[in-house]
Amino acid sequence: MSTLDPVAVFRMEAAECLEAIEAGLLDLTHQLDNKDLVDAVFRGLHTLKGSGAMFGFEALAAFTHHCETAFDRVRKGEVAATSELVAAVLAAQDHMRALVDQPDADYGDTGHKLLAQLQSAVGAKAAAPATATAAVAAPVQGASANKTKNSWRIRFSLPANAMANGTNPLGLLDELRDLGECTVRADTSAIPPLDELTSTELYISWDVTLMSEQDRSAIDDVFIFVLDDMELSVEEIGSAAAATAAPAVARPAPAAAASVSPPPVPAAGVPEFRPVEAVPVRREAPAAVSQAKAAENVRVPAERLDELMDRVGELVIAQSRLSQLASASTDIALRSVSEEIERLSGELRDTMMVLRMVPVATLFSRFRRLVHDLARETGKVIELVMEGESTEVDKTVIERLADPLVHLVRNSIDHGLEVPADRLAAGKAKAGTITLSARQAGGEVIISIKDDGRGINRERVRAKAESSGLIHPGQPLSDPELLQLIFAPGFSTATAITNLSGRGVGMDVVKKTVEELRGAIDIVSVPGQGSEVSLRIPLTLAIIDGLLVRVGSGRYVIPLSAVEECLELSLEEDLRSRGRSFISLRDSLVPFLRLRDLFRTGTKPDVHQKVVVISTGTERVGLVVDQIIGDHQTVIKSMSKLHNDVATFSGATILGDGSVALILDVGHLVAAGQQQEAQLRVAG
Amino acid sequence: MSANILTVDDSASIRLTTKVTLTNAGYSVTEAVNGAEGLMAAKASSFDLIVTDLNMPVMDGLTMIEELRKLPAQAGVPIIFLTTESDADLKARAKAAGATGWLTKPFDPESLVKIVKKVLGR
Repeated sequence: MSTLDPVAVFRMEAAECLEAIEAGLLDLTHQLDNKDLVDAVFRGLHTLKGSGAMFGFEALAAFTHHCETAFDRVRKGEVAATSELVAAVLAAQDHMRALVDQPDADYGDTGHKLLAQLQSAVGAKAAAPATATAAVAAPVQGASANKTKNSWRIRFSLPANAMANGTNPLGLLDELRDLGECTVRADTSAIPPLDELTSTELYISWDVTLMSEQDRSAIDDVFIFVLDDMELSVEEIGSAAAATAAPAVARPAPAAAASVSPPPVPAAGVPEFRPVEAVPVRREAPAAVSQAKAAENVRVPAERLDELMDRVGELVIAQSRLSQLASASTDIALRSVSEEIERLSGELRDTMMVLRMVPVATLFSRFRRLVHDLARETGKVIELVMEGESTEVDKTVIERLADPLVHLVRNSIDHGLEVPADRLAAGKAKAGTITLSARQAGGEVIISIKDDGRGINRERVRAKAESSGLIHPGQPLSDPELLQLIFAPGFSTATAITNLSGRGVGMDVVKKTVEELRGAIDIVSVPGQGSEVSLRIPLTLAIIDGLLVRVGSGRYVIPLSAVEECLELSLEEDLRSRGRSFISLRDSLVPFLRLRDLFRTGTKPDVHQKVVVISTGTERVGLVVDQIIGDHQTVIKSMSKLHNDVATFSGATILGDGSVALILDVGHLVAAGQQQEAQLRVAG
Repeated sequence: MSANILTVDDSASIRLTTKVTLTNAGYSVTEAVNGAEGLMAAKASSFDLIVTDLNMPVMDGLTMIEELRKLPAQAGVPIIFLTTESDADLKARAKAAGATGWLTKPFDPESLVKIVKKVLGR
């Protein structure tokens, strides 16, 4: 299974590590003497190196090693953290990312250049060849080729605290026994009288005669963890020929001699060998608490969530078919089961929605680096403020918003913010501020990018639009209409195409992406004070609550989040309003659209038509329908590419009886209604 | 009866490798993501062996070993720490703090099992 592949887990973890390193480095640029940040960056690099080497990313491990060494020196106070060092590691970090993605690719001199930069930053000589991390722990030597048996006399005593620290003398004796035939004699002479005895200390030393094919290093390996602190003497007392006699030599001390075979040693007066068991208090506190805590977060691949979403969608459709059948039935039991399932599938749907939500912080975090880099590139002083990072949005939405937001932030920095000199001349602070914010409003999340720069130059926008034929010269336009022009394909007010904006996606692509997400863009711009671009995006893309309506013989879904109220439109009122499609709604006139006309149903209107008033933001428009059927959980299925141009509908859904209903695109309909209103005003 | 092993590491990939290796070798494994959690887990139930990383956020492995050794119930529980070759002085400090043995990173699964068997004596 893919989730149990350590390399895949490593890649995910490496990505997180790199993000943490990057965040740490960016924070560090502002506070170079923050020890916690230095530690955090060091730890990130250390983990990346260690895990990288474990999973075969040798190039990554070797490269990261140098950065880690540099930070280790900072950590130990040998060198100071400088902005030069931070910048060097920041740059190196991108290379590490590349090494994670494509460990085997040829990066030419990139790595060497970055290391040279790093070395000059720490003021050290050129890096030693990167071998430090590539070595794999040498496995303990196996049997040597030499098969002749040697006899060894081994005498050892362990440090007094060996058992407290987890070394088990019996284990060591067992290991010796594994090497060959041996005789063990315990020297118990150092055991003190009972009242002076500490149960956790070790007083016995051992005298072992071993006949083995192994060489000396195998014996040392047995004691490897205690070798430095113990007394060990190993002498060769004879080889092959003499060996057979050796056990006999050892045996004549039967009083204290004991075989190592289990059950072993306990010589007189020796406390138990596992002091743990001698300690009375052995806590059995509930393990579940801590274990539950450790398992609080589970990582699930995104495609599994999508799969689950699909299943839940199908369940919701099946459930609505069941409801329909049950409502037509007199069987009480069937009805109650149907209601139960309706409730459960509703809850399941809500849970599913929450599962797909991720905080926008995951999206925002990448902008710190972008702004940092752009500030260096443009020479502008920029302060990035982020608000509402904990606001949660469907993960698909987040992914799709990444590129448009990058473009908008680039635009704000490139077109919006002035260079420091201009800002000071205009009486502003030297540093420009870019504010990224997210907040939830009803069924939408509003993400805005705000700058305190020079604002959008209307004259230039108009001039550009006229020269490119988007509008007629002198054509009257409202301010919002004028500002919307910047979303026209190929529109750019930049007099020269700079490195920043004018490449890759343009504003038209931003608009298209947002509309594909069934969202909308608002712009507010005050000359001399800055601009704010707000993206209004629905919280989720998969399932919505909808109002099911009938127009002619067709059924349609209106997203419930946009519905304000429903009114009756009598036949007389309908006739009276012909030509001037307005209804009076609490002293204000609301334009309305006759969906029957719009869809050319060719049927006679119902006697009691209904008006569904929908809104986006402050704009309202009424939709005239023949019948309101009721609310309906709608699993949105997107339409094929062939239907891309159909703006009136944003998708389709499957109804309980298996038929298809189209979902109305609220944003588009409101715009159409407002347009109609504007025309009538001009005409009237 | 299989031995209960607690592994403490902030790296998910290393935890996974360790867990898979030890589970395949027939041990039961409990995981903790840093020293503080490891300490809590060790206080909450008893383990036959603890395998820990040294560099971790919140509480590092060194501190965890020191804290563990202060607890009477943890006397004699073997602690293996994972270290890189560059951590020579760390190794000495971990031993002084009361660690039983170590394994140098990067390690292969066989050497991990071998060392676990060695300190568990089975």
